Amino acid sequence: MNRHLISAGDLSRDDALLILDTAEELARVSERSIKKLPTLRGRTVVNLFFEDSTRTRISFEAAAKRLSADVINFSAKGSSVSKGESLKDTALTLEAMGADAVVIRHGASGAPHRLANWVHGSVVNAGDGTHEHPTQALLDAFSMRRRLGALDGRTVTIVGDVLHSRVARSNVLLLATLGADVTLVAPPTLLPVAVDTWPCAVSYDLDAVLPKSDVVMMLRVQKERMNAAYFPSEREYSRRYGLDRDRFAKMPDEAIVMHPGPMNRGMEIAAEVADSPRSTIVEQVANGVTIRMAVLYLLLGGETA
Amino acid sequence: MIVRNVRILGGEPVDIRIEDGVIAEIAPEIAGEPGIDGGGAIVLPGLVDLHTHLREPGREDAETVQTGTQSAARGGYTAVHAMANTSPVADTAGVVEQVWRLGREFAHCDVQPVGAVTVGLEGRQLAELGAMADSAARVRVFSDDGRCVDDAVLMRRALEYVKAFDGVIAQHAQEPRLTGGAQMNEGVVSGRLGLTGWPAVAEEAIIARDCLLAAHVGSRLHVCHVSTAGSVEILRWAKSKGWNITAEVTPHHLLLTDDLVEDSPVGAYNPIYKVNPPLRTRADVEALRAALADGTIDIVATDHAPHPVEDKETEWSAAAMGMVGLETALSVVQEAMVDTGLLDWAGVADRMSIVPARIGRLSGHGQPIEVGVPANLTLYDPSVRTEVDPSAFASKSRNTPYEGMTLPGRVVATFLRGKPTVLEGKLV
Repeated sequence: MNRHLISAGDLSRDDALLILDTAEELARVSERSIKKLPTLRGRTVVNLFFEDSTRTRISFEAAAKRLSADVINFSAKGSSVSKGESLKDTALTLEAMGADAVVIRHGASGAPHRLANWVHGSVVNAGDGTHEHPTQALLDAFSMRRRLGALDGRTVTIVGDVLHSRVARSNVLLLATLGADVTLVAPPTLLPVAVDTWPCAVSYDLDAVLPKSDVVMMLRVQKERMNAAYFPSEREYSRRYGLDRDRFAKMPDEAIVMHPGPMNRGMEIAAEVADSPRSTIVEQVANGVTIRMAVLYLLLGGETA
Repeated sequence: MIVRNVRILGGEPVDIRIEDGVIAEIAPEIAGEPGIDGGGAIVLPGLVDLHTHLREPGREDAETVQTGTQSAARGGYTAVHAMANTSPVADTAGVVEQVWRLGREFAHCDVQPVGAVTVGLEGRQLAELGAMADSAARVRVFSDDGRCVDDAVLMRRALEYVKAFDGVIAQHAQEPRLTGGAQMNEGVVSGRLGLTGWPAVAEEAIIARDCLLAAHVGSRLHVCHVSTAGSVEILRWAKSKGWNITAEVTPHHLLLTDDLVEDSPVGAYNPIYKVNPPLRTRADVEALRAALADGTIDIVATDHAPHPVEDKETEWSAAAMGMVGLETALSVVQEAMVDTGLLDWAGVADRMSIVPARIGRLSGHGQPIEVGVPANLTLYDPSVRTEVDPSAFASKSRNTPYEGMTLPGRVVATFLRGKPTVLEGKLV
C-alpha cells in the first residue's frame, strides 16, 4: 500500500481487499466489551479539519483512540488558520509536533496532495472539496459486502449531485476496482462534462435503472445548488430523482439503500425509505469507525493483519 | 561597434556595424576593431512583447519595472507592453506616464504602457482613453486584461472610440458567468480532479461576439492569449472576411496541457500550472501551433505574470493565476514551432517582433535587420539545450512551469538601440 490514502484510485484490488478484510477482523474486536487495541500506542494522529464535519472527525477520532494512538484535533475555526496561516505553515507546525498521520478535511480539491508534499507522516484524505472521500467509499464497500457478499458483478446505482460529490468520485473508482458495475443517475446538469470517460455507466432515468440495482446510493443535494439553475425546483428534483416509496417498491427485494449522510429527508430520500430495514444508513456510521481503524492500522502499523 | 559572425534570421554569417544606435553596415567581413564575437548565433530583430505584467506600481514584491525589464532583456526582448492591472490601475495619464518614465530610467528595454479600457478595470465606465493616448506614454493598446469587457455596449463603444487615435482594444476573452469559480480547463481532467471547469465556450463566445462587433463598427480588435481550437476556428473565419483582427498565443499554451494538473513531476494539483486562460488539451495545443504557423494567430505574447512564492505554495483554489515567461519564451517557441518544422527563424521574427510592434504601433521596433534601422537586436544560439533554472532568472518571481525541464536555445546578447543590455547571456 502507498504511504498515503488520498484517492480511492490509488488502491489496487489487493490493497482494497486487504483493508476490507482487516476491517472485518477489527469489527470482531469491536464486539468485545473492551474495544481498545494497543497497536498504535505512542503514535500521533492529527485530525486537521478545515471544514466543519463533526461526524467524520469523531469517526476518525474514535478509530485512532481504539488503536491507542494519541489524537490531536486541529480545527480551522478559532485557530491560527482563521488568522490567515497558510496550509503549508500549518503543515510545518504539525510536522514539528511529530504527527505520524494527518487526517485532513479541506474545502479545496487537492489540498491533501499539497499537504503530502510538506509532511513526512501519512496523509489520509477525509474529504477534499469536490474531489474525493476515499474512506467513505471504503466504508460503503464494507457495508455492501457485509449485506451482499463479494461485490464482483453487483450493480450499484449512485443517484444525485455527482458533479460536486467527492463520495461519488471515490465510490466509482473503488467499486470499479472491486468489480462492481456502477451506474450514475443524475440530471445532466449535475454530471461532469466528460463523465463518459469514467469507469461506469450513466443514465438520466432513475425508474429504468432501479429494477436492476443491487444497491442504490442516494447523494445529498446541497442547498446552494438549489439556487444555481442546476434544476428548476426542489420539488421537481425530488419527483424525478428522489427515492420515494413508489420507487423503493421497484427495487429488487434484496436490494439495499445507502446514503452517506447527512440526509435531506423528503428531498432525495423519503423518511420511510431511510428508516426501512433495507437501509444501511446507520450501519454505515458504525462501519465508518471500523474501516478507519483498518486504514490507520495498515498505514501506521507497518505489519499486515 | 561591430558584432561579428552572426547569421541574420539563420542565414549566412555576416558582421554588423552599429553607429549611434543604428545599423550602419552589414557585410561578410568588416575591417576594424575586434568587436563582439557572435559565435555564429542567429540574429533576430529585438523581440517585442505585447503582454507583460510588470506589477509596478502596487505589487513590487512580485516584480518591478526594473526587474521585469531585466527579465525581458535576458529573454531577448527590446520592448514590452506593460499591462494595466496594477494598483493603482493604469487608467489615467498619470499612472501610464509613471510606468513609462520608470522604463526609460532603467533602460533595459523600452516599456510601452497599456491603458485600462474601463475605470479600475470595473467594466462600468470608460477610462480616459484619449488622455492616455495623448500623454507622454503615447498609449495605443488598451486592455482590462485579467478581466473581460463583457458588457457588449461598453465593448462596442471602446472599439469605436479608440479609432480617433489609432488605438486597439486587446480583449481578455472570458465570459464571466460561464467561469464563476473556474479553476482549470473543463474536460476529462477537471471532472476527475473535482475542480470547477473553465469551458472553452466561455472564451469562444466572447471572441465571436467581439469579432462581430469590430466588423460592425470597422475597428481594430486584438484578442489576448487565445487558448482553444474553437477560438482558432472563429478567428480563421473572421479573418477570411478581411476584418481587422489580430490575436496572440502564449508560449505555455503552445507547449503545456491540462493533464499536468493531475500528473507532473511536481505533484498533482500544483498551482505552478494554474493560469488564466487555463492550460487546455493536446488537441488545442496542436490547433494553436497550426494557427500560429499559418498566421491565423498573428503573434506570440508571453503574458509574463510574476507571483511571489507564497501565492503559489498553497492549495490549488487559493493560488494566484499566472506564470513568468519572458526568459523562456524564445526557447519554448523554438521547441514548439521551430524544432517541429512549423516555423523558420524569419517566421519567429515576424511573430515575436515585427507584428507585435505593428499591432502596438511601436516605432523603432520590429524593423527588418538592414542598414539605417535602429539596432534593436537579439542574438540567439539555438544549438544548446539546458535545464531551466529559475534561480538564474532576473525576474523577481520564480513561478515558471518549466523548472527542471530541458529546453533548447539560449539568448546570447540583446542590443537596445545599439547598446548591449545582455552579453554572453548575462545582464550588462
